[in-house]
Formats: sequence, C-alpha cells, structure tokens
Amino acid sequence: MKIAIIDYGAGNVKSVQNALNRLGVESFLTDNPEEIKTAEKVVFPGVGHAKAAMEILEQKQLVEVIQNLTQPVLGICLGMQLLFDKSEEGNTKCIGVINGEVKPFTSKELKTTQIGWNKLFTNENELLAGVSDDYVYYVNSYYVPYNKAYTIGWTNYGIKFSGSVKKDNYYGCQFHPEKSGSIGERILKNFVEL
Amino acid sequence: MLAKRIIPCLDIKNGRTVKGVNFESLRDAGDPVELAARYVEEGADELVFLDISATEERRETLVHLVEKIAAEINIPFTVGGGVNSVEGARAILRAGADKIAVNSAAVKRPELINELSEAFGNQCVVLAVDAKRVDETWKIHLVGGKVPTEVDLFEWCKEGEARGAGEILFTSMEKDGTKYGFEIEALKSVNESSSIPVIASGGAGKMDDFIEVFKEAGVAAALAASVFHYKEIPIPVLKQELSNNNIVVR
Repeated sequence: MKIAIIDYGAGNVKSVQNALNRLGVESFLTDNPEEIKTAEKVVFPGVGHAKAAMEILEQKQLVEVIQNLTQPVLGICLGMQLLFDKSEEGNTKCIGVINGEVKPFTSKELKTTQIGWNKLFTNENELLAGVSDDYVYYVNSYYVPYNKAYTIGWTNYGIKFSGSVKKDNYYGCQFHPEKSGSIGERILKNFVEL
Repeated sequence: MLAKRIIPCLDIKNGRTVKGVNFESLRDAGDPVELAARYVEEGADELVFLDISATEERRETLVHLVEKIAAEINIPFTVGGGVNSVEGARAILRAGADKIAVNSAAVKRPELINELSEAFGNQCVVLAVDAKRVDETWKIHLVGGKVPTEVDLFEWCKEGEARGAGEILFTSMEKDGTKYGFEIEALKSVNESSSIPVIASGGAGKMDDFIEVFKEAGVAAALAASVFHYKEIPIPVLKQELSNNNIVVR
C-alpha cells in the first residue's frame, strides 16, 4: 500500500503522514503529477486561503491531475473544500469534481472561526463506518453546506454543514482526522482499507 | 455545538517538564513525551508546550522534542517560548506542531503577528498574554511575567486579533500556580470583546474552578498544569463533572 500525500506547500502534511505511520501505513509526500496519478490512494490536505492554494495547484499543474484521478482520494479541510466548484473565500474557482459552493460562517452569536471539537453525525457509509455522534477536531471559517447529494457526515455550528462528503472516488473531511484522536484514526483506517 | 476544551500545559526546560508557582520556584514534573501521551489517553482535547528555557542554542532541542511529540500524539498541540520570527515558527510547525504561541516577542514587535498569520494562517497563531492588575488596570508583563509594561491587556488583545491572531491564551499572573481559581472578571471582558476563542489560564485548583470559568467567563477552553501533572484532578473525572453541570465536553 502506497499512499501519496499531495505536498503543495499548503498545510501540515507531516501530521497526516505521522497519523498514517501510527496506523503502520506507508505514505510519501509529493507534488509530482506522475507519482500522484500512479499512487494507490491519494490524500489531499490543505490549510490556508482557497485562492492562494488554487494558485499553487495551478502553477504545479495539479488541478487537472486531481480532476482525473480514479483511485480513492481524501481531501482534508481546505483540501475537501477545493474539491468543489467554487469558494466564496476570495471568490475562487476550485477543482470542481463535486458540484457545490463553499461559504463563510456568518452567525453573530458564534466566533467566525470554528476551532475545536464538534460532534459528527453520520450516514451509513464506508469512510465513516463505526463513527457516529463522535467528536472530531475542526478548524474552519468556511463550510460546505449540507446536501443529500454528497454529505455523508454533518455537524452543527450555527448551521448544519458538511463534516464529510463523498462523490464517486472522491471523499472529504472538513475536520482533521489526523488530529481527531482515536475516532480520526478509525476514519483514516477506513480510508486506507477502501 | 463546540465542546469546551481542557488543555494541559507543559512548561519545558532543558527537555523536561517543570512547573512553578507565580512564575517562579520550578519543580520537575516528568518527561514531556510520556506526559503528553498520558494526557491524550486521559482525554485531553489539546496540549500546549511552552519552552521556558528558550535561548538560541536550545532551539534545535525544542524542534527535536516537537518531532517526538508529533509522532506520538493524535490531538492538536501548540508550541511556544521564544518564537520571534517566521523562520523560527516554520521549523516548529514543520516538526509537526499545529499552532505557535507568541508572547513577549509580539509585544516588542507586533508585526510578528501579521507575519506569522500571513505565512501560516490565523489558525496557527495563538497570542499568549501574561497580565497582572496594576492600580486597577490590567498590564501586560514580559519574559515569563517578570517585566511589567505599560501595554493595556484589553487593547493588546484587540490589536492582536486585528493583526491576525487566531486565539488568545490569557494567563493571570496573580493566579498562576496559586490554585485560587481563574481570573473570571478579566477573562470575561477579554472573551466578550474578542471574536476569536479565548483560552483561560492561571489559577485552576479544583473542579469547581473549571465549571466557574466556563459558566461565568464563557471561554472556549481552560488550561492548567500542576493539577494535571500531579494527578490532583484526573481529566476523565473533571470531564464527567463538567458534563454533570451541563457543560458540553468531548
């Protein structure tokens, strides 16, 4: 099993690799299109600004690579958001393998960035098998709305939003499985075993 | 709904965990990696490591320690102590830390907050403030609380947020290590005037102190050291007690 972790300078790739190491799974960091295309599975992490991240992906000619992947892909945090058509963060056109838009939290009663542990509710599915009503670790000020077409796990933060998504071979977690304790490890293990 | 976070804090000196009272009289509290693993096991929501021996030659030791911690634990952790540049922060983040705490260096050169948040995002920057009441006003203190400044606590927190801090870690120096309870009034003011999460620190001695700080000050998280290090308050028992008092915990 060889898992490629896309290392494009946006996000804590080391944490993802550490988490996979703890599961005894071999992974490698890469921004090389060929290595990504031929990997058994691909993890696409991301932290930061949508526009800045898309610019780097374009420079590295990775947008089309990600669009055409057929093996299981797991987008994490910003990585998940970038799988959608568009983000209101910087009004950015994204990779577009899932139809939908990313929006900012606007509740007046809550801090605009969600930082911390929140409950993930789930539908029955292979990525989130064995997980329900469990706490996972979030850091986000933008979110993907809940939509039956792709939402497989959801959380409430002023509004019900997508904690986890799936379309074809593309999976996403808005939370950080690599930082979500034993529950996060369970989810990564599920992904590895897909 | 977000759970209230319980955060054990590990003060690190020369690679060992230490704990002082009112920022002084340090005593040894064990191996940081072992202690970190124990806290994860017990259900800590996050960890903070503050290197209080932070001098230039010890920087590499800290980065090495961060690597060991990151390999071991599966929850978020923050590292602070002497970080004064984007490069210094980058080395620690690359080693696997999730957030950087900045304190004195940011007071001396506030642009540091902007630089760090632009380089790594707001979520990576924790503004740590040590403050003490001086003639009815709260003033920021530097160098582990030893050096008073004229900087007002509330103005500094506002400025820090505007410059890109993602969280505020407020330690009341009067309370730190005393176990007399958190500084509720000032924490409440900081929390209400900030649109970023506030972490309460300094003074935790008994479980009621945690209940009080969440209920009265409304903070997002509470940090403590000695009550956890010396097993005076086991984290699972604390969380059960918080839950019994209708405070949402993981």
